[in-house]
Amino acid sequence: MIHAENLTKYYQGLCAVDQINFQVAKGEVLGFLGPNGAGKTTTLRMLTGFIKPSSGTIRVRDLDIREQSLEVRKLLGYLPESAPLYHDMLVYDYLDYVARVRRLEPASVLPRLRRLADLCGLGEIMHKPIGELSKGYKQRVGLAHAMMSDPEILVLDEPTSGLDPNQIAEIRDIIREIGRQKTVILSTHILSEVEATCDRMLIIHRGRIVADGDARTLRRSLGGEVVIRLVLGNLDPQALGTRFTALDGVLRQEILAGDGDGTVCVQLTCRPDLDLRAEIYRRIKETDWVLLELHRESQSLEHIFRELTQEN
Amino acid sequence: MGPLTQVFKREFKSYFVSPIAYIVIAIFLLVAGWFFFSPFFLYNQASLRNFFTLLPMTFAFVVPAVTMRLLAEERNLGSHEILLTLPLTDKSVVIGKFLAALALVAVMLVPTLVYAATVALLGELDWGPVLGGYLGALLLASAFTALGLMASAMTRNQIIAFITAAAICFALTLLDRMLLFLPGGLISLLGFLGVESHFQNIARGVLDSRDVLYFGSVTFVGLYGAVLGIAER
Repeated sequence: MIHAENLTKYYQGLCAVDQINFQVAKGEVLGFLGPNGAGKTTTLRMLTGFIKPSSGTIRVRDLDIREQSLEVRKLLGYLPESAPLYHDMLVYDYLDYVARVRRLEPASVLPRLRRLADLCGLGEIMHKPIGELSKGYKQRVGLAHAMMSDPEILVLDEPTSGLDPNQIAEIRDIIREIGRQKTVILSTHILSEVEATCDRMLIIHRGRIVADGDARTLRRSLGGEVVIRLVLGNLDPQALGTRFTALDGVLRQEILAGDGDGTVCVQLTCRPDLDLRAEIYRRIKETDWVLLELHRESQSLEHIFRELTQEN
Repeated sequence: MGPLTQVFKREFKSYFVSPIAYIVIAIFLLVAGWFFFSPFFLYNQASLRNFFTLLPMTFAFVVPAVTMRLLAEERNLGSHEILLTLPLTDKSVVIGKFLAALALVAVMLVPTLVYAATVALLGELDWGPVLGGYLGALLLASAFTALGLMASAMTRNQIIAFITAAAICFALTLLDRMLLFLPGGLISLLGFLGVESHFQNIARGVLDSRDVLYFGSVTFVGLYGAVLGIAER
């Protein structure tokens, strides 16, 4: 659906995006992930035709973004960061204006607005000025605006930034709903967001792509370690000895403070290729300790992300 | 209706949602009315000559006040990012906004028709120069609006847009009166660049293609500059 090749953007000598290549398949939900200033917004802006690349090409279907900018824009719905809508307009007037600029059939405008109002939950605020809306509602109006012409590709720049947890959940639901049929590209610096909404992620750092894949692949290829956390009762921490560390595959053992009720929390860092849970359980069974909790977690994406994008 | 018409409609309406339109119109009518009527009975002539003589001066600061927000505000709010990624060309954005501002100036001129009516009641009004005056006023407004739009496209700060545009418009207006300070060779060239003589020709009722061409060129230059301005982002 989208092919970007050697995409580069310089801002007054500063290289914001450096020769990146990526492809987006039809129906995919792709997350651009990166710290602030990594080049996410710049990339999305080039994709939507707002700024021109210094070099490199973007093709949407078989349209070139430079030559057929207008055609590409017809296929795209774009919500810029923090939804900069006209504050002095009513929600209804604004959406109506967008519908007409996008040349919807006059007869189909009203049904379309109704549908979008349902989808984005705008029913009650249709006749309020945009300037008076809360951030969450503004974002929803922005989403409705981007989906106006039922575009095949939806580009959302930090769609959930600055929202409260409830609003974030709502926006994510909407994005997932859209993502079933459409190609969605979104940017964010929040990892859980990508995990929650995207099929695939691109991690960008200093204008370059440093990782590309779905969350599981990235974890496997980049996240070296697995952490198993145990909560044990009825034991003296001293008695732990080398019962676990002697196991093949356990790299480190840490004893975390218990809750002060006689329980001990142990954290074992293990190699990712072995599943040690059963073995650990057997070891515990040999004693009279009480196993209260056993929890395995892969090294978080957070960690991978930090590793990849650390400044050094 | 094309996207250009939609830009025009949205922009024109938004003038009246905020108090800008009303304030600018009120100030314009006050200033123009005062300049026109205070010496009116001294001249003892049934004409709108005074009104039109001072119009370039008045327009030089009123029109920039109308145009200053058109693109600067969009850039400041970030809404230009949405506007310029909608499927419409930069050109239609600029022309839509230009026409909206020009329409507001035209609306602003409508109440001044009362002057003509009043004068016609008091004496024999020659309607030729009046018609020419209004035509000239529209041409002048289109030139100043285009320049104002260009200034607005260059910055995100509305005040800078206003001051820049007003400075350009004043310079063009005053150019004719400054000519005597200049060396002879430059006079004819710069004399042609000044707004005043072209406008007064038309306001006298003389429709010369050179004057129309002048206003057309200034408008074109302004609009072209505005298109270049928003392409820079």
